[in-house]
Amino acid sequence: MTFFTNDVTLLVITILFGIMAYKLARGRIETSVAIAGVKPHSLVHYYGVYAALWTLVPALILSLIWAFAADPLILNTAEARLRIAYPSLPASFLDLKMAQLQNVAAGFIDAPDDIMAIEAEKLRASMDRVDFARVLTLLSVMMIGFLFSFNRLKPQLKARVAYEGFLRRSFFAAAVLAILTTIGIISSLLFEAYRFFSEISMIDFFFGTHWSPMVSLREGVEGAEDEAVAGSSGSFGMVPVMLGTLLVAIIAMLVAVPIGLFSAIYTADFASSKVRNVIKPMLEVLAGIPTVVYGFFAALTAAPFFRDAGLLVGLDVSSQSALAAGGVMGIMIIPFISSLSDDVITAVPQSLRDGALGLGSTRAETMLRVVLPAAFPGLVGAFLLAISRAVGETMIVVMAAGVAANLTINPLEAVTTVTVQIVMLLTGDNEFDSVKTLSAFALGITLFIVTLCLNIAALHVSRKLGQRYE
Amino acid sequence: MCRANWGSDMNNRSDNTLSSMGVTNLYSATTDTRMAHIEAGLKKRRAASRRLRLYGVAAILTAIGFLCILLTTIISNGYTALQQTEIAVAIEVPANEILDDNGLIDKEKSRNYNWGGLVKRSFRKEFPEVTGMLDQRSLGELLSANAGYDLRIQIEKTGSVESGTNIYWVKASDDVDMLMKGRMDRTIDEKMRRIKDNQLVWFDKIVADGSIRLAFNSTFFTAADSREPESAGVLGAIVGSAMALIVTVMLALPLAVMAAVYLEYFAPPGRLTDFIEVNVNNLAAVPSIVFGLLGLAVFLGFFGMPRSAPLVGGMVLALMTLPTIIIATRASIRAVPTSIRDAALGLGASPMQTALDHVLPLAAPGILTGTIIGIAQALGETAPLIMIGMVAFIVDVPASFTDPATALPVQIFIWSDSAERAFYERSSLAIMALLLFLISMNLTAVLLRRKFEKKW
Repeated sequence: MTFFTNDVTLLVITILFGIMAYKLARGRIETSVAIAGVKPHSLVHYYGVYAALWTLVPALILSLIWAFAADPLILNTAEARLRIAYPSLPASFLDLKMAQLQNVAAGFIDAPDDIMAIEAEKLRASMDRVDFARVLTLLSVMMIGFLFSFNRLKPQLKARVAYEGFLRRSFFAAAVLAILTTIGIISSLLFEAYRFFSEISMIDFFFGTHWSPMVSLREGVEGAEDEAVAGSSGSFGMVPVMLGTLLVAIIAMLVAVPIGLFSAIYTADFASSKVRNVIKPMLEVLAGIPTVVYGFFAALTAAPFFRDAGLLVGLDVSSQSALAAGGVMGIMIIPFISSLSDDVITAVPQSLRDGALGLGSTRAETMLRVVLPAAFPGLVGAFLLAISRAVGETMIVVMAAGVAANLTINPLEAVTTVTVQIVMLLTGDNEFDSVKTLSAFALGITLFIVTLCLNIAALHVSRKLGQRYE
Repeated sequence: MCRANWGSDMNNRSDNTLSSMGVTNLYSATTDTRMAHIEAGLKKRRAASRRLRLYGVAAILTAIGFLCILLTTIISNGYTALQQTEIAVAIEVPANEILDDNGLIDKEKSRNYNWGGLVKRSFRKEFPEVTGMLDQRSLGELLSANAGYDLRIQIEKTGSVESGTNIYWVKASDDVDMLMKGRMDRTIDEKMRRIKDNQLVWFDKIVADGSIRLAFNSTFFTAADSREPESAGVLGAIVGSAMALIVTVMLALPLAVMAAVYLEYFAPPGRLTDFIEVNVNNLAAVPSIVFGLLGLAVFLGFFGMPRSAPLVGGMVLALMTLPTIIIATRASIRAVPTSIRDAALGLGASPMQTALDHVLPLAAPGILTGTIIGIAQALGETAPLIMIGMVAFIVDVPASFTDPATALPVQIFIWSDSAERAFYERSSLAIMALLLFLISMNLTAVLLRRKFEKKW
């Protein structure tokens, strides 16, 4: 709590500092203008903002860096001291001791022994010192920034230009964040996947037909002394997982494409605008329902329904059948396909329709022989995007599809998907560095690349539509 | 086939004009049969047109039918969770064990007192015929495992202890709750049933006595998660979701507006700008679980941020919704007519002043609408939050942004995974709450758009 109030007071002080810098700078320019009688380059409030920015921004950047850098530094030194205090402790116990130490230092629990009490006291002291140093540094950085800018204030200073330059640079930084996110995704996935592939060969991973990361198959073969490998590795062949993903996605597309496409045809060219205005929002409601709700529906309503229906006709349908997961995923994708196809169909130039209708073809003939062929590239693009979404969809399959990887294309059996495996591998109580958790990142990068290719292909194909009629 | 018909159709017309001009029509005999042929074909073609229309209507009705089935299933399963079964138990609270010298409740004593034992003992007294350890235990199972705690809260709330034996309503166990609501089949074989035959007899006796009732399930809205369905609530998840979304808005909205203004007004045409645009558009289509992996590897792994915290959840969701808001903001900036921009620039405003003081205020309703829609998406998102550990079992309502917490959709996921039938009902009700939030957010977006939308 003291930590919190400390931060709040610091925040209030910072804001007060900013306001003061603004007022002082503005006042100074106003008086110097009044005395010297020169017209300032910018409006007076820009000088205030100029000084306030110089006061606040460096301090803000510094405090952000501090927040990320300081704690690990303190904890590292504390851990080094612990290692000296308990020389015989193995590494994993040291982590536990470290967590305990932090809790003791924060006052959550009492120290179990004297060494811990002393260490906790030291840790708390060093934390307090660093905290004090942080406040002091921040205040002085603000002071320096303010004095620096305040000294530069004169009516000839191009305060507005400086301010706008700062804004423009920060806008640029915000836009670059999109690139940074992509780089972050790719590099973090690649880094973990690289560590995975240094233990499991790529050929085994991409072409192996057996996936059971939880079962230890190598025990006895590798020998017990190689504990890390024998204890944590099963077999990692992703073919059955990928096949399951494809199976579910195909079932989803089989449901979604006809329904979505026919609704789009109807809303785009057959329905009156009044009907259209009712139908489109209703389909959008389907799109707005969270996937966890679909998953709930798939697992607890659709799957039992398919199983019972299968029993009636004498079929053995698994309670985690690909049919239930894929079918419900199809429902989820309907609005996606219908709205994208609707856009594509309406984008076909009216002149094509007018020409066909003018030559005496019926509405259906216009649609099937003129409009749809013209819209074909765009439709393919929409379908590719839908497949990409089906492949990356997580919650429905996590809740309704299976966990065990079966190498099958029978929709009545349970299959597993890439996303299910990622969730399963990363939610257990696994160590973060084990081969099991690393394999999730290998699956993740595969998933990312597959969806990326689908998205790019979709963009590429649908661009052709635009070019054709420009 | 059809194309041939159109061709002959045109021939006919030219033939007729020729004959009316007095030219001898050599083909007049065949024209009539052709006309008949076309007439016949026309019927077929019109039927085909009607069929296509019918397919369209059928497709839409199917989609809307799915929506209706989905909603009815959830509502019909969930509405009963608004009520909770309670059983009246005559209890004599031992004043000397709870009260301090002033006759007020001593919190310390109250906390240490065995309330659960008291409730069970009093309940057993109402069934003197039940003897034997096993029978007595299964009798006690009719009451909630947390009945003692509930009684303590009830009594501490009143502040004093009434003397003598009084009737207190305590929660029934989830199985009794299901039985009471008719969600348990009592005719199936005893081994398959969670309530055994002897328990059924006692249950019927309680019902006959009238000492059982369905009361409003306020716990659901005031508690966080629990192992016992009757003590579980969504408040913790709602607070967790709200905290995560606050972080999301505070990060995503300013960053998205800045990026959109840059891309629309300041980005020099070139490779870098193209690359940024490709990235924004592509990020909008990246599966959400990949953002979860990013959060796990970078925020938790690299920066060492706390697991399960709404702060990290909000950051991941912000990265995920950023492209959505950027795209919406750019669209609404573009919808502001260039005349506004030209006028501002013509009067001597700098490009930055034009963008911030003239264009952005006019684009604000569109930006707001886009943000609300992006946030609604983030509210329903589950997978990335699971990746960063917001899937843990947490019994406390989070008090700060770094406390372990869960989110509403994740809570639904956790509950629907549980074996108890009563959790099934509760996750349906939680879904209804989630949908209610989403509907109200989207409605706000629509209303905002209606109110502020300008036709230039």
